[in-house]
Amino acid sequence: MGAQFVQFSLTPILIGIFAAIACALPGNFLVLRRQALIGDAISHVVLPGIVVAFLITGTVAAIPMLLGAAGAAIVAVILIEAIKRLGRIEPGAAMGVTFTTLFAAGVLLLDQSDTSNVHLDVEHALMGNLESLIWFRAEGWHSLFDPVALAALPDELGRIFVVCLLVIALTVFFWRPLKISTFDEGFAQALGLPVGAMGFGLVVVAAIAAVAAFDAVGSIIVIAMFICPPAAARLMTNSLERQVWWSVGFATLAAILGYVFAGYGPLWFGGQNAVSAAGMIAAVSGVILGLACLYGPHRSRVGAARQQADA
Amino acid sequence: MKQAAITLAADRGRVHSPAAPPEDSPLAISGLTVSYGDKPAVFSVDATFAPEAMTAIIGPNGAGKSTLLKASLGVIPRVSGEVTVFGRPIERARERIAYVPQRASVDWDFPTTVIDVVLMGLYRRIGLVRRIGRANRDTALECLDRVGMADFAHRQIGQLSGGQQQRVFLARALAQDADLYLLDEPFAGVDAATERAIIDVLKALKAQSRAVVCVHHDLATVRAYFDHVFLINVRRIAQGTVEEAFTSENLQATYGGRLATGHIDQLSLPGQQVS
Amino acid sequence: MNPLAEALLLQAGYNAALVGIGAGLLGFAAGAAGTFLFLRKRALVSDAVAHATLPGVGLAFIVMVMAGGDGRNLLGLLAGSAVSAWVGLWLVQWMTRTTRLSEDAAIGAVLSVFFGLGIVILTVIQTMSSGRQAGLESFLLGSTAGMLFNDALIIAIGGSLAVIATWLLRRPMTLVSFDPDYAAASGTNVDRIDLAMMGLVMAVTVIGLKLVGLILIIALLIIPPVTARFWTERSDHVIWWAGIFGGVSGYVGAAISASAPALPTGAIIVLVAAGLFGLSLLFAPARGVAAAVLRHRRFQWRVHRRQGLLAMARAEPIHDPFTLRVLGSEGLVRRDGVPTDAGRAQAAKIARDERRWDVARQIHLDAGLTGRYDGLTPIEQVFTPDEIAEFDARIGGPAPVATQGGH
Repeated sequence: MGAQFVQFSLTPILIGIFAAIACALPGNFLVLRRQALIGDAISHVVLPGIVVAFLITGTVAAIPMLLGAAGAAIVAVILIEAIKRLGRIEPGAAMGVTFTTLFAAGVLLLDQSDTSNVHLDVEHALMGNLESLIWFRAEGWHSLFDPVALAALPDELGRIFVVCLLVIALTVFFWRPLKISTFDEGFAQALGLPVGAMGFGLVVVAAIAAVAAFDAVGSIIVIAMFICPPAAARLMTNSLERQVWWSVGFATLAAILGYVFAGYGPLWFGGQNAVSAAGMIAAVSGVILGLACLYGPHRSRVGAARQQADA
Repeated sequence: MKQAAITLAADRGRVHSPAAPPEDSPLAISGLTVSYGDKPAVFSVDATFAPEAMTAIIGPNGAGKSTLLKASLGVIPRVSGEVTVFGRPIERARERIAYVPQRASVDWDFPTTVIDVVLMGLYRRIGLVRRIGRANRDTALECLDRVGMADFAHRQIGQLSGGQQQRVFLARALAQDADLYLLDEPFAGVDAATERAIIDVLKALKAQSRAVVCVHHDLATVRAYFDHVFLINVRRIAQGTVEEAFTSENLQATYGGRLATGHIDQLSLPGQQVS
Repeated sequence: MNPLAEALLLQAGYNAALVGIGAGLLGFAAGAAGTFLFLRKRALVSDAVAHATLPGVGLAFIVMVMAGGDGRNLLGLLAGSAVSAWVGLWLVQWMTRTTRLSEDAAIGAVLSVFFGLGIVILTVIQTMSSGRQAGLESFLLGSTAGMLFNDALIIAIGGSLAVIATWLLRRPMTLVSFDPDYAAASGTNVDRIDLAMMGLVMAVTVIGLKLVGLILIIALLIIPPVTARFWTERSDHVIWWAGIFGGVSGYVGAAISASAPALPTGAIIVLVAAGLFGLSLLFAPARGVAAAVLRHRRFQWRVHRRQGLLAMARAEPIHDPFTLRVLGSEGLVRRDGVPTDAGRAQAAKIARDERRWDVARQIHLDAGLTGRYDGLTPIEQVFTPDEIAEFDARIGGPAPVATQGGH
């Protein structure tokens, strides 16, 4: 655990952890609201967002890209809502229509625009480049106290850290209204809570988390982290508070184990090259969910809730 | 305005003047219309509910009973109409209302405990971030005790029976300590013990000068439970005290052919009303 | 002839013609198969199925290379994708049944985890000596560029088979997707039909992989049925409409992309389908947005007009500004809110109809009739003139409607 670890593994692992937590927190509420696939939709429309941002600004600077992605995510959310209401279409289908259409538009724009000389491609969008986010200037643990070295940390780390803090702060601050409006929307409305705005705000926060995470780790992790850690956490406890803690723990675990397996796993099997860290983190989160499905203490429905589900 | 009063038979509820002027009424609704698609679910309903009384909203299935309640509270949008609570627009009187939704309207698999649900009734007072203190917990426990559910405080809500769920919802409303209680079918699908427990709590509320309005479907218990009735079938059919308005004639008008006259007789209505 | 017309008329080369026909057939089958998912409110199951194909493609490649063959054999890759899609689908159902997780969470979990796994396997393949030029990335987005004749043939044949299968299964599948309980009660094996439905969805997905890619094949399974829903209320018609919308999207989209270089086939097909959807959403006659807005405004107008006249008939003041505007614009009230003669006449008519309704509801104990007493249905629509005359007789002559001097 010396200089090499700090230089090559510390920042990707930290970025992975922050991204995973930033997605898992809103994911808890999305899963409980039966909106888990909003994360899926958002992460697909990030592609057209960054392509449009590139076409407008002509640069691949991070901030315009992020704004473009966030804009696309919000457009997608509004479109889904509009199709649902105006066309009286069930939510799943409205989501499917919206994100595939926007994704197709992104693919077309990408093929039509001259982006060959810049690093902007579908694969990157899907897989991210976690492995390349190394801390080049680091020479060991002492670099953590070296301002010169700290200044050379990858930008992605700072961004995802800030977003992660923002998501945590919002979750804590709006905890009670979120909990009420997720559990009992009618009651929340009768209390005078802005239920519609809460729902939209939740999705916007999810979009911000998705975009910031996507920037660093690609969209696969984003979808996986929105759903797998919260879903696994739900099977571990019957308390929302504890569920959120579990989901943060699972997200962190998946990020660390996934990165380690991707980097060192192939070596254990005699391979020489690392495999996709983003893919591996998603796969590990899947294994965690699988174990929770098999052994989680609260994995099955009970009592009245079961009858409700069967009815 | 030079207009003669045309006494519409459909307006017979009006003959008995409302128990209170709208300013003092805990809940006054005027010209409320709600539609699902292009069919009115509730059409141009006026209603003035009596203070310190228990009122039942009665009507056949699909008559717009729950819709009336939900649209009044703004849970579903209305096409037209105004709602005041104690003389103020409802938006500015939310803290005086406690609402008990239908049991089936929520996901009972939600990861939370009974006492947590009751504490939700206190959120308006506790605010966004203040810690939930011992006093709040004691209040919640006391409300649970009033509905006979104190022993279940730390159960997961999914483990409750239907009647127990209903009592927890009522306890949450009690925690709100409101002046107007609106309940949507509180007796639907609950056991006899729960029904008795709920009615006792509601009568105690009335004794404390609170107003209670229930969407109710069981005609046989109206006389025993309520002081006032509001009869609705998309439009308002009648409103008044049970003696005045809970008549076979009004019920016939509300339920149409669904209620045979003989059946109404069995509801032990006042003799003079039976035609 | 311009390139688009050429492509539409199948004159743009043998491969392009086969791809066009294949895309049309595939679109038809996808639309029809997707309808069953849509009607059962499980549209996004196709999302999970499509993403779950990726690890299968990768594993099939590795297996074929290890067996000493060519890893790029399309049939082999498709077989691999079918197996992993099946596993993914099974996992979705297992999670939904045995745990408390809802279907959408299960779908999301399966699609992201399988996709992540697929990406891991693709990176493994890239490190294999024969893997660098495998071109498996084309399964993500589909690609007809450089497609072999055999590949085009597989798509055309696969599309035809999928259409035939849809045709054969249409009756039981309609029954099951429309009313599963009734289907079960009438002796249909619902589980088996469900299985067949999923099999069809999987087949469409797998065939479409090479053409439109695994992300956009979802669009072909979802968009045409949703589009079709705007045009008909009957589920058996939805299937054929969806098939036609899908087929047109596939054929036209393939032709457009063949007509110019660097137009991605899958994206164009999806955008054609989305265009048809957009038009239907806005302009479909009964369920379209334009029609709905118009209807709602008319409805609101009627409600306020009626409520205003009722208030007028009861000599109550009208406060609602919109009601006053409605009545004012029809010349029923003056600007200061006082009824005009026309307004009074209308109010009188409404008052009379209310009395008629009242009698009607006393005479006719039929709830089906009296249930239409909703404030808006004209009494003439419910009762015959003779019946109304009878009500009038009971009311006892025309009532005085407006007397001077008030009370």
